[in-house]
Amino acid sequence: MTTQRYPRTWRRPPVLIPDPRWRWGFYLAVLIYLLAASSTLDVNWQRAYEGLERGGRFAMGFLQPDFTTRWRDISLGLVESLTMTLTSTIAGVLLAIPVGLGAARNISNGPVYLICRAFVAVSRSLQEVIIAILFVAMVGFGPLAGFLTLTFATIGFMAKLLAEDIEEMDERQAEAIRATGASWLQLIHVGVMPQVMPRLIGLSLYRLDINFRESAVIGIVGAGGIGATLNTAIDRYEYDSAGAVLIIIIVIVMATEYLSGYVRKWVQ
Amino acid sequence: MMTQPTTALTAWKRNTRRHEWLVWLAWLVTISAFIVTWQIMNQNTLWFFLADAPEQIRDLGGRMFPPSWSYIHYLWGPLWDTLNIATLGTLIGIVIAVPVAFLAARNTTPSRRLVRPLALLVIVASRSINSLIWALLLVAILGPGLLAGVIAIALRSIGFVGKLMYEAIEEIDTAQVEAIEATGASLMQRLDYGIVPQILPTFFGVSVFRWDINIRESTILGLVGAGGIGLQLQAALNTLAWPRVTMIFVVILGTVVVSEWVSSQVRNAIR
Repeated sequence: MTTQRYPRTWRRPPVLIPDPRWRWGFYLAVLIYLLAASSTLDVNWQRAYEGLERGGRFAMGFLQPDFTTRWRDISLGLVESLTMTLTSTIAGVLLAIPVGLGAARNISNGPVYLICRAFVAVSRSLQEVIIAILFVAMVGFGPLAGFLTLTFATIGFMAKLLAEDIEEMDERQAEAIRATGASWLQLIHVGVMPQVMPRLIGLSLYRLDINFRESAVIGIVGAGGIGATLNTAIDRYEYDSAGAVLIIIIVIVMATEYLSGYVRKWVQ
Repeated sequence: MMTQPTTALTAWKRNTRRHEWLVWLAWLVTISAFIVTWQIMNQNTLWFFLADAPEQIRDLGGRMFPPSWSYIHYLWGPLWDTLNIATLGTLIGIVIAVPVAFLAARNTTPSRRLVRPLALLVIVASRSINSLIWALLLVAILGPGLLAGVIAIALRSIGFVGKLMYEAIEEIDTAQVEAIEATGASLMQRLDYGIVPQILPTFFGVSVFRWDINIRESTILGLVGAGGIGLQLQAALNTLAWPRVTMIFVVILGTVVVSEWVSSQVRNAIR
């Protein structure tokens, strides 16, 4: 009988790629890419060094925010942002419901499905800022362009998630309703809606949160809201006002996040 | 035995009366909130400006099409810059986000009173501020260029990756960690052998997902001067060269679709 020698030490197998040749090749490729990519950065250290002083002033502005000097601008931007957020979320969610129903494979039909899916794909792959540029060109500067942008983005986001939710629902409930001879609308109302409603409400609140954050950005291209105020403050080198705006944004995002978490728990 | 005869219902109703009232109330509140906020929002809107909006849209459509296809030769360089901003930014963001996530997770943080709230504050601050705003600040500080874009993307990624990672760390199976601990492993060994293998799939999934989002975001960073294809977009918009704008949109759309496809392939492979 041969005595088999058991290994006394253990080495953990590699995590990612078992074959060493592929693994080292992969590491090498990553290294080459990193060198190539960082060579394109072209940093102007002189400029960056000069900017440090400004960075320090910005940090100071953040620590000592100035809410009062520009309070009129800030409050105007804030009201625009908040109203934009609320109206666009409500309109977007309501419009997303028909699109979402159309984009769900199991309750829609051929052409409608394709149209709705195409709409969702376009809406989701375009950045909000890009949509805002187009809407500003169409309806002019101001919160109306922001409202249209956020509504468009909300429709894509909500419709996609709603459609996925409907596709994963319990088919037996819909089957049971169908068996009673219900019409399509009745099927949606009684068979589908109760199953997706809690998640729909939760997602709407999440989207409210996203829309507020986005409303702070699209102002930079002229679509109203607190982003415009922030942009102006930075252009004027008023870092203390900019710090105040950023602090307001952070506080509101935290508040909506906390609130939406609470409401979601309550709905479920 | 029935003590009380049930009231004779003539028709079936889905909800109780109370529920029905609540639903109506919710609708009422939603719609009135919409109307009120709509009016506040549009008190400065000049509606007669909008009267010719359909004409404007037709006009804009006429200017935007056909896209200027030959312009694409000027876009490869900026596109490469954009990809680099997204990739380098994501990498730097991940490198910072991982320690922050370990400091923020309830089961790995060194101190729940002091360190955890700080780490959570870092995550929330980073998450609340869009990368475009970070870019706006960094361009003012560092000057225009790719570096501002890379750092902006990195700063925004910290919050996203950090949040999802710390939630994953909090949800791990503690039995495995205990088993490692029972062998007399040190803290680092416990992290390395007990926790890391459990969160690795989430880590790769989240990172690739963020990379995909970052590609989308880095396409517009140039609008504020942070490099990439957005610079071209800004130049085209400022000169009202709409056919070029359309071409840039086409390139951005193509890049976003490809990166989304890559990201979903990688995430499916991990799962």
